[in-house]
Order: sequence, then C-alpha cells, then structure tokens
Amino acid sequence: MTYLLRRLITFPLVMLGVSVLVFVAIRLVPGDSITAMLGTEAGLLTPEQKQALAAYFGLDHSWPVQYGRWLLGVLSADLGLSVTYGKPVLDVILERFPLTLQLACLSMLIAIGIGLPLGVFAATRKERGSDLAVRIFAMIGQSTPSFVIGLMIIYVLSAGFGVLPAMGQFIPFSEDPLGNLGQLILPSLTLGLSFTASVTRISRSAMLDVLSDDYVRTARSKGATRRRVIWRHALPNALIPVVTLSGVEFGYLLGGAVLVEQIFALPGLGRMVLDAILQRDYALVQGSVLFVALNFMIVNLLVDLAYVMLDPRIRLGGRS
Amino acid sequence: MNRLLSVRGLKVGFGRGNAAKTVVHGVDFDLEPGETLAIVGESGSGKSVTALSINRLIDDGGGRILGGRMEFTTARGEVIDLACATDRRMETIRGSEIGMIFQEPMTSLNPVIPIGRQIEEAFRLQRGLGRAAARLETLNALERVRIPDAERRLGYYPHQLSGGMLQRVMIAMALAANPRLLIADEPTTALDVSVQAQIMALLAELRRETGTGMIFITHDMGLVAGIADRVLVMIAGRVVEQGRLDDIFDRPRHPYTQHLLQAVPHFSHGRKVRRHMSPAGREMARPALKVEGLTVRFPATAGLLRRPVGAIHAVEGIGFDVMPGETLAVVGESGSGKSTTARALLGLVKPSSGTFSVMSAEGLARRKPMQMVFQNPYASLNPRLDVEGLLAEPVLAGGVRPDASTRQRMVALLERVGLPADSLRRFPHEFSGGQRQRLCIARALMVDPSVLVLDEAVSALDVSVQARVLDLLIDLQNELKLAYLFVSHDMAVVERIAHRIAVLYAGRIVEIGRADAVLSNPRHDYTRRLIAAVPTTERRRDVFRLETAAVPSLLRPRGYEPPEAVWQVCGEDHQVLVERAAAAKEIR
Repeated sequence: MTYLLRRLITFPLVMLGVSVLVFVAIRLVPGDSITAMLGTEAGLLTPEQKQALAAYFGLDHSWPVQYGRWLLGVLSADLGLSVTYGKPVLDVILERFPLTLQLACLSMLIAIGIGLPLGVFAATRKERGSDLAVRIFAMIGQSTPSFVIGLMIIYVLSAGFGVLPAMGQFIPFSEDPLGNLGQLILPSLTLGLSFTASVTRISRSAMLDVLSDDYVRTARSKGATRRRVIWRHALPNALIPVVTLSGVEFGYLLGGAVLVEQIFALPGLGRMVLDAILQRDYALVQGSVLFVALNFMIVNLLVDLAYVMLDPRIRLGGRS
Repeated sequence: MNRLLSVRGLKVGFGRGNAAKTVVHGVDFDLEPGETLAIVGESGSGKSVTALSINRLIDDGGGRILGGRMEFTTARGEVIDLACATDRRMETIRGSEIGMIFQEPMTSLNPVIPIGRQIEEAFRLQRGLGRAAARLETLNALERVRIPDAERRLGYYPHQLSGGMLQRVMIAMALAANPRLLIADEPTTALDVSVQAQIMALLAELRRETGTGMIFITHDMGLVAGIADRVLVMIAGRVVEQGRLDDIFDRPRHPYTQHLLQAVPHFSHGRKVRRHMSPAGREMARPALKVEGLTVRFPATAGLLRRPVGAIHAVEGIGFDVMPGETLAVVGESGSGKSTTARALLGLVKPSSGTFSVMSAEGLARRKPMQMVFQNPYASLNPRLDVEGLLAEPVLAGGVRPDASTRQRMVALLERVGLPADSLRRFPHEFSGGQRQRLCIARALMVDPSVLVLDEAVSALDVSVQARVLDLLIDLQNELKLAYLFVSHDMAVVERIAHRIAVLYAGRIVEIGRADAVLSNPRHDYTRRLIAAVPTTERRRDVFRLETAAVPSLLRPRGYEPPEAVWQVCGEDHQVLVERAAAAKEIR
C-alpha cells in the first residue's frame, strides 16, 4: 500500500513538469496560431484586428502570465479554447477519446490473446520446428510497420474477397455497437498484430527463463503434469515482463495512432494532435499532451498495481 | 525378496547425435525398504544425475536414459522398470511413491504461491483430496516437520521464511503422500551448520517414524556418517566403491575413498589445529591488522515517509589483532556479521564507528596493504579479461602503469599458485573452479599485500580441491608472512587453517582465542551449540538433537547504544563475552 501511495505522490509533480515542457516547446516552434488559422487571409487583417483576435484567445500576454492563467484554468478543468475548433479543448478531446480508448483496448486484447498463448507454446517447444515457426512469425510481425500490415489487410479483403472495410462516417459504440465494432475490427487488427509479435517474443523468453527455475522441477517432483506446471506454476511467474511491455504499449496507444487513424479515416486523438500542432493550436496541443500524460501515468499506476498482485515479494516487502 | 529399488547398468546421457555425451556409465545398486543409501561424489561425478534419473526428472532437464534397468516395487507390490515407464505412469509415481527434496530451498519453492497451497497441491494431486481435507492434512504435515505456529504460516510466501524453514516445507511436501522412497539431493548444503543439524535430525526422525527408504546425495562424509546405512562413492559417472557404512569408513579400499576420508578437512574438535606461534612472540610483534570497536549499522526506515525507526546493528564493537603470518578465522552463521566485518575492513561498506590500522611487516603503512579473495570464483573474475588483464587490475587500481617487472611478477605468481605458465593469454572460462580460485589468490598477491581477507574463499570448491587450495594458502602464508582474516562458516576448514578463532553471533564477538582452546574447550553457549552441530566422521548414525532457537533480531531502536562488553578471560589467549544478564550480576 505504501508503495502505491508513494507513486501517487509523484503524480502532481510529473504533471507540472509536463505542463511546463509542452507550454514552452509549442511556443518555440516558429509561426503563430492566428496566422495558421486564417491561412492566406491573414494578410488581409489589420494589425488591430489581429491584436483583437489574439486578445480573444488570450495570446496577447507574456509567457509567464499565459502559463499562469492556463494552469489556473487546468486546475478547474478548463483547458482553454481551441483556436481551430472554436470549442473548449476538453470537449474536443473527449469527443475523440472514446474511439482511441476502444482502439487501444481492442488491439491489446488481440495482442495478448494471441501473443501470450503463442509465446508460452513456443517456450515449451524450445528449439523444435513449431518454436521456430512462431519465432519467424514474431520476427516478421515485429519488423513490418503497422501501416504496411494495414494496407495489406485492406488489399487482401478488397481484392481477394471483394469486401471493403466499413469506412466513412464514424459510428459511436453507443449508437450502434455492432456497426462500431465492425468498423474498428480492422484497425485494431492492424495495430494489434505488430504488438502481438512483441508479446509473443517477450512471453516466450520469460517462460523459458521461468521453466528452468528450480520450483518448476519441484512441482514436477510432486507429480504435477507438464500442462499443470506450465499454466499454474510457471506462467504467473513469467507475467511481469509481459505486463510491463503491455503497459508501455497501452500508454502509447492511448495517445492515438496517427498512421492507422489516417489509413482507416478514423477521428482519433492521434490525428487531432497532429492537426493541432500543424495549426499552432496552442491550447489544444497543451491540453491533449497533458491529457495523454495523465493517461500514461494512470496506466503506469495500474501496471504497478498488477505487479503488486502478481508478486507477493513486492506486495509484502522483504522478509518479515 | 521385496527390494525397494534395484538399479542395474544405469547409463544416462545429455544431448543428441554428435553432441551426445554420456555422464553416467553403468551404475548398479540396491535399496531395501527403510534403508538409507548415501551417494557421495564431487560436482560432475554424476551423483545428482543418477538421483534425477530415478524419478525421471532428468527428462525435463535435457537428459536421457541410455540403458539399464531400475526396478521399483510400489506400495501395492507391483514391480515397475522406471527406466522405460511412460510419462503418464511416472506422473503417478512421482510424489506418491518417490518424493524428492533439493539443494536450494530458497529457489525450490514457487515465489508467488503461499507455502500452504504448495503443500496442499501435493495432497490434492496424489491423494485426490478436496480443498478442506488437503488443508487439514497440510496443517498436520507442517506440524510433523516441527514448524511452529503452522496455522499462520500456511499463508506465508517463501520469501517470508528462512532457509531452514523452507527446507522443512520441502520435506513436508515430499512426504505428503507417504512415499516409499525419498531422494534428498544435498538437502543441507545451502544451510547454516546449526540449521543443517536440525534438518538432519528431522530427516532421521521422520525416517524412523515412516520407514521411508532414502537416497541421500552429498559431498560431506560427516553427514554420511550421521545418517547412512550404506555408502556408494562415485567418480566421473562410475561407482568406485560401495558397501556398508562401517566397511567404507573403516576399511576404504579405493584410493579416492581413502582420500575423501583422510585428505579432506574433517572436524576433530581442535586436535588438528596449526601450531601456534608462542604468546610471547605474539606480544613482541606488531600486529599486521589491528581493529578496535568496529561498528557497522544500517539505518532502518518504515512507513510512507521512510521515517527512521532504528538501525540494524550488523556489526557491533568488534576488536581484534592479526599478527604477520597468523590466521584469524571469523566464524558464525549467516546474519552474524562476519562478511560485513570483512567488507568494512576493505572499505566496501562504511563503518559507523571504530578504527582499524594496517601495518606492513616493516611497520610502515603502505598504500594497498589489504586484499580480498571472494567466495565464488566463477563470479569474481571478469569473463572478458584474459589472465594478464585480470592480474594487472589491482596494479592499475593502485595507480601504477604495468611494466616488464609487473609481467615478471605475474609469471612468478602464476607459477607459485600452481597454474601453467601459458595461462597469461587465457580467459577465466578455460579454468576449473579450483584454478580460478588460485587465480583470485594470485590477483590479490599482485600488490604485495600484508593482509589478505578471505571471505569463504574455499566454500564454493569441491572438498578435495578445497584441501589443495588450503595447503597453498598455508604455504603462501609461511613464505610471505601474510596475515589472514579467514571468514568461514565451515568449522572443518577453519580447524585446518586458523591459529586463532573469533566466534561472531548477532554482530558481536562472543568468544575469541587460540584455535585449539576455542575448538576443544568452547566456553560461550553459542560456540558450544555451533560446535555440537558440526557433523564429523566419528559420530556414526548419531541422532542429532532438534532445537529451535531463533537468531535474535538485529534491529535496535533509535539512539540505542549497547552496554559495554564485559570479557571473561578463561585461559591463555582465550576470552569469552559475558552475556548481559550474567554481566549485570557480576557488576552488582
């Protein structure tokens, strides 16, 4: 418990650091948001009009004042106004987030659901043909970029089966769950497959380590079958590296997946952030980076929680 | 007629095809029900492989039975050849007919499952018991192996228990289904001497209670003497001698058995100590190492804000002298502070208080007068450096550029420690364990130290190699007038090399003095217990007494200062610490 509390204390400190970094970083990029918003028409504005627009979006103050105002707003859940959307930043983010969360969860499900059993299977068949096949699959999966896999899936489906992935208007889960899942299954598969390869590799090597541990031999000496030893005795000990890897990957996925969103024309966080950067939409970039950082830290906390549940040595500390 | 196990021509190998290698070449032996057979040999002799072949766990370890028969009589009277039984059949035999305990109790239990559930599993697998019934049996089993407070311990995880407790758990598990045969593979090697005595006592008692036959694998003839009915000696995968315990011990025929019984250090209550320099000579000379009031404390913290709650008093007010050419052995069990003392002297941990000074023979303090040899020669040599690089290391650390004379010294030292002259270009993995330890010794001698700290320096070596390395150390000491601080838990080895002995208990010296005096006439209660626990070849089938004295906690509250030690002199150069209760009386 103290272990987790200690982690919680660091939350506000990290958030503060992230907020400073992103605030400064986006302002160091040349260009300003008013010009970016209006494009070529910016030249038609008088300096007074520009000034008025900047004042409307709160961009006319010095950096420290802007930062202070922004931070005060953040504390009351007001992330400011998006220049490009003309809406509160939080609304823009929350509109996009469900899709990104769904995509992340689905692809994690695919990756762990396929990768973990495959890795365990390969570990128990070490150096045999089936192990080699799994390792080659994992190597290919890991070294192929996700957009290539995505394009291949689309190509195979359309050219081979004459089926086109359901693109076009995004259907929220709450309106039509089946239609929504049908729309998300291909992107999730695209995202999930390359991660499946990583999960396979890491669970294979973790299992191999564990299977040579003494307690595995002890369990066998009690008369436990190989199957029982693998799933009951070895696997719980091999899960920690898998959880670590999954946590990191899940954190990344919650920040959006630009390429896959682009390929499948999905309105996720990744494309939104990319656009916001290109548009110099300061408030939106700041808000979404902060949001993503918070997600990452929550995921990390969950990973720690998982460690604590998996390993009594972390839960109970050293020898008592 | 009803033999428990009859092994004929057992051959075991590893690998396949061209890489195949046979490691056990035709072992024969018989075991009657209730009988204990000790298999004795060094690492690589095939003793563990033989044991693992009997319950066929060798299949999981990449090995294969190449030939022979292993006829085992089950409780129901069937005779099965274990060498060619199916996997499925073996799974019903393991645990229910053949139980096994292993060398490392710390790693042999699953770290993420409570010990109660691990024992329960044995009952559920072998006797098909339900959860509640298995739990009840588990409680009984824990009580049978004398684990106090069994009910509460059921929920403990392995890391919450000491090595001795874990080995008891292992034994409870192995005996869950009342197997007719128990295989014990070096079950006490990783444990402290007094814990070892307890485990041996427990095994002997359980054997009497249950009538289990036992195969006991060890390298320690002292343990063999205590427990075995018959003895089998192995070298390089072959049996060189087997017979009844008394025949083997009194009339060993094979030279190797004779060597094991004679050349290898055996404890003999101080009768084999080295001749000590005269006390007068001791007083005249200047000590090579003088330690006064050495104290090492580690802060202990608790809670969210890591509040300091006290300190672990790992080493408390230790003082001693070591003369040139003299060995002071520091003995004690794990947690007694003996390694911390050694590390503090070398500056590897920071002492909280106390002083120590190192003099060279001429009385001049020099730059690098102290060197250390560590326990594990496999881990203490950098595998990427060749021998020349390894030997140059301490010279470089002293800020000296190695030159032609350094090289000459290397060659001379290698020859002196008995390594081939062409060793300079070779790498650590090309040497055996004993040779590596010789390398470590040569490395320590490169800077011409006056004091050598040897931290369990021969503990990781095979017994016969141990004897040769000890001889080398003694020769070097006589030649170079080296002072040794010899940290060890092994009383037999200590008896061989020590002039004086300091007994450490809970961070303090409780007894110090001449080796023969301390070993033959121990005065402190703890020293007596320690010496009583050492197995010797003289005590045959001796029943060890079961004792469960816990080591006191070293955690002390903040600001705690221990009372000043009171010493009682009990002979020429022999002092013993007066324990506090007794000390209080004396002052009054």
